[in-house]
Amino acid sequence: MSEPILSIKDLQVNYGAIEALRGVSLEVPEKQVVALIGANGAGKTTTLRAVSRMLRPVAGSVRFQGEEITRLAPHEIVARGLAHAPEGRGIFLNLTVQENLELGAFLRKDAAGIAEDMEKFYGLFPILKERRHQVSGTLSGGEQQMLAVARALMSRPRLLLLDEPSLGLAPQVVERIFQVLRDISAQGVALLLVEQNAHKALQIAHRGYVLETGEVVMQGTGKELLASPEVRKAYLGE
Amino acid sequence: MTEFLQHLVNGLSVGTIYALIALGYTMVYGVLKLINFAHGDVYMVGAFSGLYLARGLGVDQSPSLFKALLVFFGSIVVCAALGVIIERFAYRPLRHQPRLTALITAIGVSFLLEYGFQLPPVTQGSVPFPPGPTPRFFPEPFPRVDYAPFGVHVSNYDMVSLAVAVGLMFLLQFIVYRTKFGTAMRAVSFDSSVAGLMGINVNRVISWTFALGSGLAAAAALLVAGSRPTINPLMGLMPGIKAFVAAVFGGIGNVPGAMVGGLVLGLAEEYVAGYALSSYRDGIAFAMLILVLLLRPAGLFGRVRAEKV
Ligand SMILES: Nc1ncnc2c1ncn2[C@@H]1O[C@H](COP(=O)(O)OP(=O)(O)OP(=O)(O)O)[C@@H](O)[C@H]1O
Ligand SMILES: [Mg+2]
Repeated sequence: MSEPILSIKDLQVNYGAIEALRGVSLEVPEKQVVALIGANGAGKTTTLRAVSRMLRPVAGSVRFQGEEITRLAPHEIVARGLAHAPEGRGIFLNLTVQENLELGAFLRKDAAGIAEDMEKFYGLFPILKERRHQVSGTLSGGEQQMLAVARALMSRPRLLLLDEPSLGLAPQVVERIFQVLRDISAQGVALLLVEQNAHKALQIAHRGYVLETGEVVMQGTGKELLASPEVRKAYLGE
Repeated sequence: MTEFLQHLVNGLSVGTIYALIALGYTMVYGVLKLINFAHGDVYMVGAFSGLYLARGLGVDQSPSLFKALLVFFGSIVVCAALGVIIERFAYRPLRHQPRLTALITAIGVSFLLEYGFQLPPVTQGSVPFPPGPTPRFFPEPFPRVDYAPFGVHVSNYDMVSLAVAVGLMFLLQFIVYRTKFGTAMRAVSFDSSVAGLMGINVNRVISWTFALGSGLAAAAALLVAGSRPTINPLMGLMPGIKAFVAAVFGGIGNVPGAMVGGLVLGLAEEYVAGYALSSYRDGIAFAMLILVLLLRPAGLFGRVRAEKV
């Protein structure tokens, strides 16, 4: 088996005196979908933030495509092909829809490819096309979520970190977002997916990790976790 | 009528200057959420850089348009570099400290420049450095010509100043709203950590923002030096405070707001001082500040940010 595209080892993160991550280790294999599930406050968002260097871990290492990225600046990590659609969507509400998408492609130089990708996402989410010159603060929450996913993909990442992409969306829109995720996964983009909707996440995931108060307490294939009584009880509401 | 027009001309010339300085406050506030209290002193350094350059190039003896341009752009470059240095060494180390720490540091940088420039000279020359507290005269790069259309007094300096200031504002508006750098700057000002996730080098954007703002302050200083040629190390104090008021009036962080704020303040000063209370000229800015803070704390163009959940 080839080296995983992302491997996290013993990652520790503190917020002041709070230990949010107490030595998390996980791997995302090339071109695969990995789901990270867990209760509120388990440390899922913190894990993604530490990977993309929105915050600095106290200890541990993050390797991306075989290279240590633990000490890089966020923009340098993006340059290597890792995108992060953060919790709360992170849309620049003062910019237009189109400007948000353009920023997703900030480091790209291929104007033609950028235009092509933008058309592709406008095709997937026609409402974004309709609103493209509108300030994105006027979008509904669900529309902002579509924009967040599309924007993260505008960098043509090799690995995409997604923090609750289905939060607050109507069922059909959730369906559409997951369809997009399946498509990009089929195109060879690896995904690390944090979801409240554990059922959906584990369904498309090759592997899953369960996080509890800053520690990985369970891992396995998507199917295994879906079948596990503990997971069913704690996260699938059964 | 003539009087009205005269005030309009004067108000616009001083207003555009306030606007240029206010832009620096507002852009820096945009990206760092910091009121850069040293900004007025950067304006002062702009005037002195101009003086040193002008003396170095011998503008007094043989003025020429070419030299004037060299002085102008040279000072802009000097101040842009100064702005970048101030941010890099005074503010960046405090980026993750409470806002108040940086604010107090900004006041410290302001004092450092104001009083540093008044120290006894280290180097001698036609103007020593530091220049000391004595006011100095700025040489005229080209002969002054006064015009009086409809009885309104304007000099060629006023006209150049007005035209250049307006040109610079259009240029800045273009940079901020029409270029990739401008989009990155607006993104950083909305949320710098998410901006990093786009691949934007946030520190570089902040440096360039300081360079732009400080460069505009230098431009303002040189445009003023044409009509009011005495300069001294404390000259940045008043314009600095007034431009700050202009920025708050327009909605701090808002680029067009700073421009409008500057113009409104300049015109208000002229008209109020001209028609009613000439001895209160310098108080008008403060009255305006108090009114804005009472009636519309976010400023004219300021928006209260609503986030969707
Ligand atoms: N900025 C912060 N300051 C202090 N504590 C924080 C901060 N952000 C998160 N925490 C704490 O760290 C822990 C992990 O938070 P995190 O946001 O990673 O959880 P999560 O798994 O993403 O939860 P959710 O499902 O609610 O999004 C929680 O106990 C939280 O209270
Ligand atoms: Mg979270």
